[in-house]
Order: sequence, then structure tokens, then C-alpha cells
Amino acid sequence: MNCVLGSDNILNDTVLYRVIYEAVGQVLPCGMSYVVAGLAMMLLLVNGVLLGAGLFSWVERRLIGRFHNRIGPNRWGPFGMLQPLADLVKLLTKEDLTPRGADKLVFAIVPVVMVAPVILVMAVVPFAKDTALANLNVGILYILAVTSITSIAIFMAGWSSDNRYAMFGASRGVAVLISYEVPVVMSLLGVVIVAGSMSLDDVVTAQAVPFFLVQPLAFFVFLAGTSAELNRTPFDVAEAESEIIAGYHIEYSGVKFALIQAAEFGAVLTSSAVMVTLFLGGWSGPFASYLGWAWFLMKIGILAFIFSWVRATFPRLRIDQLLAFAWKFLLPLSIINLFATALEVYFLRDAAGTLDTTDLWFMAGINFGVAFACLLIFGTLIKEKVRPAGPITGATLSTGEAD
Amino acid sequence: MVVLKLSGEDLTEKVGAGVPDSLASAFEKPTGQTSNDELWIKSSRVADVASFLKSDTGLDFNFLNSISAVDYINHFEVVYHLTSMNKEHTAIIKTRLDGREELSLPSVYHLWRGADFQEREIWDLMGISFTGHPNMKRIMLWEGFDGHPLRKDYL
Amino acid sequence: MPIQTEPMTVNIGPQHPSTHGVFRLRVTFDGEEILEVEPIFGYLHRGTEKLAEERNYTQIVTLTDRLDYVSSMINNQAYCLAVEELAGVEVPQRAKYLRTLTAELQRVASHLMGIGFFLQDLGTLGTPLMYAFRSREKILDLFEMLCGARITVSYMRPGGVFFDAPEDFWPALEQFLEDFETEYAEIEQLILENEIVMVRTRGVSILPLDMAINASVSGPVLRASGSDWDWRKKAPYDAYDRMEFDVPTATGGDNYDRFWVRIQEIHQSIRIVKQCIEQIEPGPTRANVPLIIRPKPGAEAYGRVEASKGELAFYLVSDGGISPYRMKVRSPSLINLTVTEHLLVGWKLADMIVTLGSLDINMGEVDR
Repeated sequence: MNCVLGSDNILNDTVLYRVIYEAVGQVLPCGMSYVVAGLAMMLLLVNGVLLGAGLFSWVERRLIGRFHNRIGPNRWGPFGMLQPLADLVKLLTKEDLTPRGADKLVFAIVPVVMVAPVILVMAVVPFAKDTALANLNVGILYILAVTSITSIAIFMAGWSSDNRYAMFGASRGVAVLISYEVPVVMSLLGVVIVAGSMSLDDVVTAQAVPFFLVQPLAFFVFLAGTSAELNRTPFDVAEAESEIIAGYHIEYSGVKFALIQAAEFGAVLTSSAVMVTLFLGGWSGPFASYLGWAWFLMKIGILAFIFSWVRATFPRLRIDQLLAFAWKFLLPLSIINLFATALEVYFLRDAAGTLDTTDLWFMAGINFGVAFACLLIFGTLIKEKVRPAGPITGATLSTGEAD
Repeated sequence: MVVLKLSGEDLTEKVGAGVPDSLASAFEKPTGQTSNDELWIKSSRVADVASFLKSDTGLDFNFLNSISAVDYINHFEVVYHLTSMNKEHTAIIKTRLDGREELSLPSVYHLWRGADFQEREIWDLMGISFTGHPNMKRIMLWEGFDGHPLRKDYL
Repeated sequence: MPIQTEPMTVNIGPQHPSTHGVFRLRVTFDGEEILEVEPIFGYLHRGTEKLAEERNYTQIVTLTDRLDYVSSMINNQAYCLAVEELAGVEVPQRAKYLRTLTAELQRVASHLMGIGFFLQDLGTLGTPLMYAFRSREKILDLFEMLCGARITVSYMRPGGVFFDAPEDFWPALEQFLEDFETEYAEIEQLILENEIVMVRTRGVSILPLDMAINASVSGPVLRASGSDWDWRKKAPYDAYDRMEFDVPTATGGDNYDRFWVRIQEIHQSIRIVKQCIEQIEPGPTRANVPLIIRPKPGAEAYGRVEASKGELAFYLVSDGGISPYRMKVRSPSLINLTVTEHLLVGWKLADMIVTLGSLDINMGEVDR
């Protein structure tokens, strides 16, 4: 019963899948072990994302607590690590309310539609050497397509809730997500041009020099754009707590709310995973063939820390300022990056169409220069608006006459 | 620089000259005689006196501190505290309304916007309505509340 | 073909994380832009003025605590000034200095809360709020040392203050002043130059000076529009005539200026506290006033102070009995709300929350 995968099977590249398949294939018929191995991988990925979401919620609460000069959760478990479990139990035992005027079917399936893209994205991300579940050769396109479903989910949530605050949040959320898709796509095109392929595995192997050095503008644009797509401060107008209370998920309680929160925190982790793969070198590092997964997790940790750090520090932008930021700042930057990268690759690649390491360093140098120039130009253009001259015009400390 | 409190006689002279037939006499109240710090005017001439006080260059009262109403069982008193920021003096203007039902005074909303919520509150809690106020509704209590709670005969 | 739109009327509040208490605004929106505003309050109306007619003058001090419950000392001070004017009582020197000292500490605490929540409304998720509250906690601990309570202090009495400060109050106060220098410098550095704060608050909801004076607006809101009117300078009470301090003013009248004025006022208040510590001398802390005060019948008094939110005044009428015949509270927050419509119409939903935060109202005062 030795089942062997055909060499044209896409799953053949995935070492982990092949190992499980052959192990299970000793016991079960090949058709069934095909399915069982698939289920085992899916179990790994789904649990990874959902447990990671729980863990990240704990990490974020403790980090923000430290930024606030206070402790954060510290009651349940050592350092409060079982806090997400306590939250989960609380949410599971809460009453699951549906507003009377709500569209019941849509209201009920929104949590699923929100969680699904988050988990689906992990299908193409390699977390160690040869471990992406589906090594699609259009991986980046797949990621972009799948993450766009979130905007539909947010609008479904806002519309079906029969609540004006939810509608506010949903409208804002959709406007933000649509606006930020464009710069994000443009920045990823730069990566695709340099790597020469849309498959994530190829992008990782092409990173002899990590792409955040070779494509600094693209990294910045992708980071800002992803913050906006994840609805995180300073771009969290869709769920601004101090304005529209909870925005699009204001009417959700119980398990549905737990799933939406899991989707939100999980999305941070999966977006960090995508960013790590595309810009930070994925699983590469010393001893990568054994410890690739450790490097991967460590890099995700760094990015997640940066997300939390920014969240604790900055106030929120207003919706029109947000959209202006996307269309007037990020989009030009990403287009400039695309042109510069295209020109560099055209002139630097050799006959076979590949770029070697010195070429990549060269590109890094040029791109950093372009980045500084752009930031200087944009900085002078908007300087007057953001920080007018002088502290306050006409502000005085008038000294009253002493009696 | 300390802000001066204008005396009653001072004001009585000026206002008597500036706005004819507006002064009322101070009188002995059930609670005892008060001091001479205030100007007494007739209730129907409140708006005219107020506009004189605001526009006269010597007086120039541009800031309305507060409007209060006091229930003296047989009559009501409405007290205006005014300040002039440019001339740095203050004044107290009082007017008296006899009876307890259907009381009304001309509103000073169009002179000082600060009278907006205060006049509504006096209507709400004391029952004195102000003619000329664009939004004479109850402010602290809800529409449909029965009675005016701050009066002495409520509770 | 033009898009057909419909304005939407939404109730902001009374239960809302950012309306500073139980305050309700009925707003009509066109998308995100505000078309009409109607403020509705009375949710916290407790009938303070009617209750005051049943209590004697000393008991009313506890009622005044709960007016603007984040700056109780100053409410006490205003009330006690009014009663002292009514009954003709002279306050001893040490009591004046203690009153000035505690009132200025309370002003710092109140402004810290105002600043912290202003930034919270901007969306910072609590970091500057926690920094501001770190300092405010220390001030409240000092109050606890003085009179046993943190928020509703009832520290002052007509005639002076209730207790003299205990021995360990003065070193604790010195320690607080020292710590506050560095803590406050941190807050200022984090906030004042932040670009997002500037972009969101500069030029937003401008209040012109003539409208402010006409609408009887007072306090930091008026001073941010260009006037330097401060009752502590214009009609000094307690020990303010011996204090040297500046009155911060700004001319823009927008949200940032109101916020900036409060930040500077904290510096000035600390200056006054330091001068009080230097100048205070031992002596009686309360005039020889009976517990049940009976002022002359027919006496009236209008006692006003510069509270942290504006001009707070008590108009008291006496009939010779143990309770006032009428007590009217002129509350700054209620009158500052007169300009709400002018400040909000034409701006966006996000600006509305920030503007209400910059007005710094307190519903205990508005509703009484």
C-alpha cells in the first residue's frame, strides 16, 4: 500500500503533506489517505490561525498595558496567558442576540465570511522549506483576491444589523478597504517584478537580499495599506470606539462576536505572515532547513509587535484624511516604486532573466535613494498643512498686572 | 485690576435718562429689605433697558453672567447679573412679576445668546415664559411634565 | 444623474463612551457631515437647587461637591465665598492660602482629566489618558491626606477650611511637584507636536471672539478665542491677589487652541501652588463661625470663582433662616454648551466628538 504522489501533483512539493500522506498511506487506501492527509494539514493551519489569534490578543493586551504604564491581564495563568481562554468561555456562554429588524441569514453568516479569508490565506504561505499547502504559481494574486472578501463581510455586517452606527462603520470600512487595495496591489507588483514570479515559494527563494531593503517604498506602502485593511489604528475608522462605539460589529454578541474578533486578530497574524514571506525573507535564516519555522514565527512576532506599538501610540485619522492619505500619498509612492523597479530590472537582469545578489544590493541602494527623495518632496508639499509655522499664531501668555 | 460693582443709584440715574418710563421702585420684600446694589426696572421694559445697557458706550455690558428667578410667594423676581469686559464693571438688574400664573417677560436672547439655556431653564423650573425666545421648551425635564418644580408650592 | 441621498437622524448618547457623561445630541447627518444639532440634557438632573432650600448652609457644601464632580474643591470654594459674602464673615489668612492651594491642585487634576479624555476621543486608545491619570492619582492621594475623600471632598466650610493640613502633607506635596515636572514633560512631548493631533484639531470648529462673549462663554474656551478675562485676575478672591501667574490666551478659537490653553494653565497652576507653599504661615484655619449660620434676612450674595471650566457662581438669597431661600448655580458647562450648534454644524462626525471633548463639559454641572 505504498502510495506515492504523482510528480505533476502540486502537493508533491509540500514536504509535510507528502510525509503525512505516505505515513497514512501505510494503513488506509490511497484515496482515503489523500483526503486524510489534506484534513490533517488543514487542521494544522486552521488551529494555527485561531490559536494564534487568541495568543495575539493576549500579547497585544499585555503590550498595550506596558505602553500605558500598567500591567495588562495577569490573573489567569502565569502572566495572564490563559486570559484568551477565559474570554472565549465568557463569549461562548453569552446570549446570542439577533436584532429584531436584522436580516437574519446575512447576519448569521457574517462571522464565517470574515474568518474564512483569514484562514484561506494561510494555504499558500510557506512557513518552512517546502511547506506551503498549495504552492500555487499565482499565489500573490490568490492572496489579494481572498483578502478582498473582507470588505464584503464588513458591509454585510453593517447592513444586516439594522443599526445606524453599524451602517456608519460599514460605509467607512468599505471606503477605506477599497481605497487601500490599489496602493497595496501596486506595491506588490514591484515585488513580483523583482522575484520574477507570483508564487510565494519563488519569492522566498529569490530573496538573497530581503526585499524590505530592495523595495523600501513597497514595504512602507504595504505596511500602511495592510494596517488600513486590518482596521487598526491609526486607520480604524470602521470600528472607532470613541465615535461610533463599535462600528460594524456593534450588534454581535456571543460566539459570532468571538469569531469576528478571532478573524480580526487572526488577520493581523496572517497579514504579518504574508508580509514576512514577501518582504522579510520568509523562513530564511541560519539553519533554515531545520529551523525555518522558528525564523518565520520570530519575524511574524516582530511585525505583530510593530502593529501593537503603532496602535498604542497614534491617534486616529478622520475618514477624509484617511482617503487622502491613500490616494494622494501611498498611490503615487507605489507607482514611483513600480516604475523605478521596472527600469532597474530591465537594465540589470542578465540573459536568463535572473538577478544575482550584487544586482539586488545595487537596486536596494537606488531604491533607498528614491525613497528618501520621495519622502522629502512629499514632506515639503504637505508641511504647511500639517505643521503650520510657529506654535499658535497669536498665542500669548498675558501677564496680568499684579495688585 | 479689580472689577467695579456699579451701584444702584448710578445705574438708576443713567437708565432713567436713557430709557424713559422703565424704572420701578425698590420695595420691602417679605424676607426683608435688600441693599442698594441693584437697579429695579419694570418687567415690560426689560428688553429695552437691556439693549440700552448693551449699546450705551459708557455702560457697554457685553457679557451676561446669569439670569436667575426667585419665588417670593406673592411675586417673582428675575435677577440679571451683567458684566462689561471692556469697561470692567458689573451690575445687577432686577425686575418683579406679580402673581403666579401666566407670567412672561421679554427675552434678551437677541442681545445676548447666553440667555438661551438660562431662560429655558427658568421656564422649565419656575414657570416664567420669555416672549421672543426662538425655542421656549423645557430643558431639564421632559415635555409633558406637569408643574414647575422649583416653585415654593411644588412639594 | 445625481445620486439621491437622504439625511439620517441619529442619537448620539446618552449612553456613549465619549459624550462625557449622560449627554444626548440629536444629530442629522448627510453622510458624515452634520446638518443639524439639538442638544438634550437633563439626564443627571438631581434638583440641587431645590435640595439646597432644605439644608443648612454647612450641609450644602456636600451638595456642591457633586456639581462638577471632577473639580469639587473649586465648587466648594465658590459656594463658601458666596456664604461669606452673605453672612459677612472674614476668612483667616492661612485658610485663604489653603483654599488657593487646593483649588489650584484641583484645577490641575480637572485639566489633566480634560486633556486625557480629549486625546482619548481622538482615538489614541488610552496611552496619553493613562499618563495624565498617573499624575491625577497622585493629586487625589494628596486630597485624601487632607480631608479623607478623593473626589467629593467637602473640604471647605463657610469661614475657612475644615481641617488643617496634616504634617506629612507638605513633604508629600513637594514630592508630587518634583515628580510632576518630569511626568508632565512626557505628556507634553508626546502630544503637543504630534502631527495627527494637529491635522485633526487645527482649524476645526472655530469660535470667534464676539460670538463667544455674546454667548456668555467663559473659562479656557473663551480664552482660546482671544479674550484674557480670568476672574482670578479681574476680581481676585482668597489669596490670588498675592500670586504671580500668567493667563494663557490664544487667538485661533479652534480645538487645538482650547486644548493648548488647558495645557498651559496647568503650568500656571503649578506656579501658584509653589508660591502658596512659600507664603503660607501658621494660623487659624477657620473663622469663628457658628455651625448653623443665620445671615441677615434679605441679604443676597453672588459669589463667583474662575472654575476649571469657566465662571462658576452661586447666587444666594437669605431669609434669615438656617437654609438659603434660593440658591442658584451659574454653571459654566451649561452656558458653554450654548455654542454647540455653531461649533458643530458643517463639520463631520469625527470632529463632533473631538469638539465636545475640547469644550470639556461635565454633566453634573450642566444638569445639577
